[in-house]
Amino acid sequence: MKHTQIFAAALTGALTFANVSAAQTELTMYYPIAVGGSLTEVVNGMVAQFEAENPDISVTAIYSGNYDDTRVRALSALNAGEPAQLAVMFSIDAYDLIEQELIIPFDGLASEEWLNSFYPALMANGQIEGQTWGIPFQRSTIVAYYNKDLFRAAGLDPESPPTTWDEMVEMGKALTNDDHYGLMIPSTGYPYWMFQALAIQNGKEVMADDGLSTNFDDPDVIATLEFWRSLSQEHGIMPEGTVEWGTLRQAFLEGQTAIMWHSTGNLTAVKKSASFDFGVAELPANVRLGSPTGGGNFYIFKDTSDEERAASMRLIEFMTSPEQAAAWSIATGYMGVSPAAYETDALKAYVLEFPPALVARNQLQNAVAEFSTFETARVREGLNNAIQSALTGAKTPAEALGEAQAAAERLLRDYR
Amino acid sequence: MSELAKLERRRRAIYGWLLLSPAAILLSLFAFYPSIATLWSSLFSRGTRRHPVEFVGVENYTDLFADPTFWIVVKNNLFYAGITVPLSMFIALSMALWANSKISAKGFVRTAYFTPTVLPMIAAANLWLFFYTPGLGVLDQIGSLFGLPSVNWLGQPETALWAIIIVTVWKESGFFMIFYLAALQTIPEDLREAVDIEGTSRWTYTRRIVLPMLMPMTLFIGVNAVINSVKLIDHLFILTKGGPSDASKLILYYIWEQAFAFFDTPHAAALTMMVLLVLGIVAAVQFYFIDRRTHYQ
Amino acid sequence: MSRFTKSFDTIGAVLLAIIWIAPLLFAVWAAVHSTSDAVNFRLTSPWTMSNFQAAWDGAPWGKYFLNTFLLVTVVLIGQFIVTTLAGYAFAQVQFPGKDIAFLLVLLQLFILPEVLIVENYAMVSRLGLFDSILGVGMPYMASAFGIFLMRQAFKSVPIELDEAARIEGCSRLGILLKVYVPLAKPTYLAYALVSVSTHWNNFLWPLIVTNSPETRPITVGLSIFGAPENGVDISIISAATLMSVAPLLVAFLIFQRQFVQAFLRSGIK
Repeated sequence: MKHTQIFAAALTGALTFANVSAAQTELTMYYPIAVGGSLTEVVNGMVAQFEAENPDISVTAIYSGNYDDTRVRALSALNAGEPAQLAVMFSIDAYDLIEQELIIPFDGLASEEWLNSFYPALMANGQIEGQTWGIPFQRSTIVAYYNKDLFRAAGLDPESPPTTWDEMVEMGKALTNDDHYGLMIPSTGYPYWMFQALAIQNGKEVMADDGLSTNFDDPDVIATLEFWRSLSQEHGIMPEGTVEWGTLRQAFLEGQTAIMWHSTGNLTAVKKSASFDFGVAELPANVRLGSPTGGGNFYIFKDTSDEERAASMRLIEFMTSPEQAAAWSIATGYMGVSPAAYETDALKAYVLEFPPALVARNQLQNAVAEFSTFETARVREGLNNAIQSALTGAKTPAEALGEAQAAAERLLRDYR
Repeated sequence: MSELAKLERRRRAIYGWLLLSPAAILLSLFAFYPSIATLWSSLFSRGTRRHPVEFVGVENYTDLFADPTFWIVVKNNLFYAGITVPLSMFIALSMALWANSKISAKGFVRTAYFTPTVLPMIAAANLWLFFYTPGLGVLDQIGSLFGLPSVNWLGQPETALWAIIIVTVWKESGFFMIFYLAALQTIPEDLREAVDIEGTSRWTYTRRIVLPMLMPMTLFIGVNAVINSVKLIDHLFILTKGGPSDASKLILYYIWEQAFAFFDTPHAAALTMMVLLVLGIVAAVQFYFIDRRTHYQ
Repeated sequence: MSRFTKSFDTIGAVLLAIIWIAPLLFAVWAAVHSTSDAVNFRLTSPWTMSNFQAAWDGAPWGKYFLNTFLLVTVVLIGQFIVTTLAGYAFAQVQFPGKDIAFLLVLLQLFILPEVLIVENYAMVSRLGLFDSILGVGMPYMASAFGIFLMRQAFKSVPIELDEAARIEGCSRLGILLKVYVPLAKPTYLAYALVSVSTHWNNFLWPLIVTNSPETRPITVGLSIFGAPENGVDISIISAATLMSVAPLLVAFLIFQRQFVQAFLRSGIK
């Protein structure tokens, strides 16, 4: 009798096992990396751990370049009929992904409680038309990295970085000499992002909440661009022309600028290679404090089976769990996406030893959703061009932003 | 005609087309059908959740003509062609004359000229990035030796396209040199000797004898250079991505962007049709010249 | 040539040559120094191989190399088959519609696969070849340039050889393989060199149709590795760039006589 039971149990076990491996769900996930070095290994490590814990799911994680590349890659795959169940893509791609009917909302798949466990500011870009379409993963705000050695050399207090625009200009002048600049704000790659930060600080949002209208030609917005331009034209604390997003970190590490604005996702890379004493500060205020959030969210594609959706959910839950979020944050500088991540021992110990890791998170209370509209890639392109032509002096800020506004109107008209 | 001859002719026809069939199938799949499909899809609108696909006639074309970016891109590409074609041909000719003359270090010189040709454009772009980067780059470092201010070569509308052009010229001159070299070696040596005896100057010899004899090759290279000015855009992906504010955006990059970054296939198709039209004109010009050339020979 | 003009020529030619390889020399310089030493041009700073190590560890280069190798092989085999058959048909077989067909083939010289990316992408997807090496290679197999080249080569084969082989009882295909192909060897070599270096270096089309490290060729891999968003580290990028051009560059330097001679002999006539 006993023997039979054991035998039966063993048989069931074997059958279940066979079943599981037969019904293994395969997931293909595209993901971008937009900041430092060899983060693919970190992601691969997380995925491997997930697979070890979930033998019934196998995940192919495909690193596919920056955010734009990743959108292109994932959507090309879908168009070509290749499998793709989920992706990490720009948090601001949500409108277009919805419009092209490519993704599904998370509301039916996840509990309300879980959806509420993330920082609300990081959920903002993914919540559209009353539903949640994106789950935060590699999320950032813009922070100001500054070179304390250069602050000391200029006779400034290295523990009090600028907190207002006026201070920033004033200190920037003290920090600028023949050898290096006081400040660099990148204006290639993601110029609209930096611009949005400045505009918020100047008290004005560049877009409406519904993704249907933009405020590029608002006087406060124009004044913002005039301010940015004045940093090089009038105050001479920033180089003329555009500042390269990609090489800026190198320039900062080489001491070519005392302050750089960049994604917090660069933090660990800067920490690893800085040969000088550096600090990280929240962005300064003019009318108010503020930075847009940035970075990538998880999306689940529409063309998926129920099993694949369930498996995708498990992967996303794993990747955004407090422990993984903490490890990810330590490895990169991106934020832990939930308050619980900052309660883990690992991250607690890390921020104790390296307080700058908290700056981006602390800034969240002043953060707003990143610039996003329908036709977002093209509207954004128009804004980027306007910013660049104003900074390079090809057009006046008012002229450039006026054109961008007109172009945005044209593109968004169809969606109203 | 006898039955046998007829049979033989039919056999040959079948045989000929059989030999041709792999090429015919592949060309149909990847050249002729896509060309027609491009024309077709350029006449329809893009489908979205709110607006299903519909026939719009020439609307995609009128959209493009109304789009200021389109005209910037066209202007950029004309400028790009206008500089790269003559410049790279002139450099290629100089290289070939040098590499064919009796100078020392000829082997090194030839190798050096030709080397960029075997590098991928992407790699070339990476190499040049090191030159152009403001502050850190080689050009700025050299400039600073002479007290020149740092120049943001890729970040300014006035210089970005030039920076792109220089990489293109650097890349393709050595390739064209080879063709000139081939042509130069067909010029008989005794011609040169005869001219030397007469005491004609080198310049006169080059201008009166060499250049006219290189003319057919020059046309051939010219056509290739024009095609390259449409085709060679890989370095944009690394160096400028068409920026700042479209100052260095070229047509093929714009097509790629429309189709694969904005997923706007109809407008990309309309753009493609216009490029095909221009290439068709280039083809007609070349056939015309080829015909003329064979006529003379 | 006077001594003066000769030395003047030499100086000019060598100067241009130095300018021409300068980008490569600087990349070598950057790749063997730490980033900071490299960009500050500290001439006496120590050499290091760590950039190559870091670059090698940063991406599956082995896979990328293999993909590129497979790609150029597949393309070359395809091209040889297709262009040999078509070139022979155009050169030595009389059949109705030949002139029109040849004109259509020449037209393809101008309908560049690069320009038709949108529809070719749709076609490759339709054929189920998206994200496969065959998908990358296929649009280039029926190369008009190659067909043209083979036609020229086969045309110059003396008809007596053809007839002699026929009398000996060779089949038509046998004649093609035993008489024409061996005689066109220099053309094949030249064409192979051009084809391999073209497809080794091709970027835009592979960028569009490859989607994963399993198929991505070296150029696409390099562009992703060096994307500005990755926070360009000039030394590591230089190391990666040199690594990815090394095989072709070394092959070229070793066989440069053949490269150049191949072009010279049968490049274009």
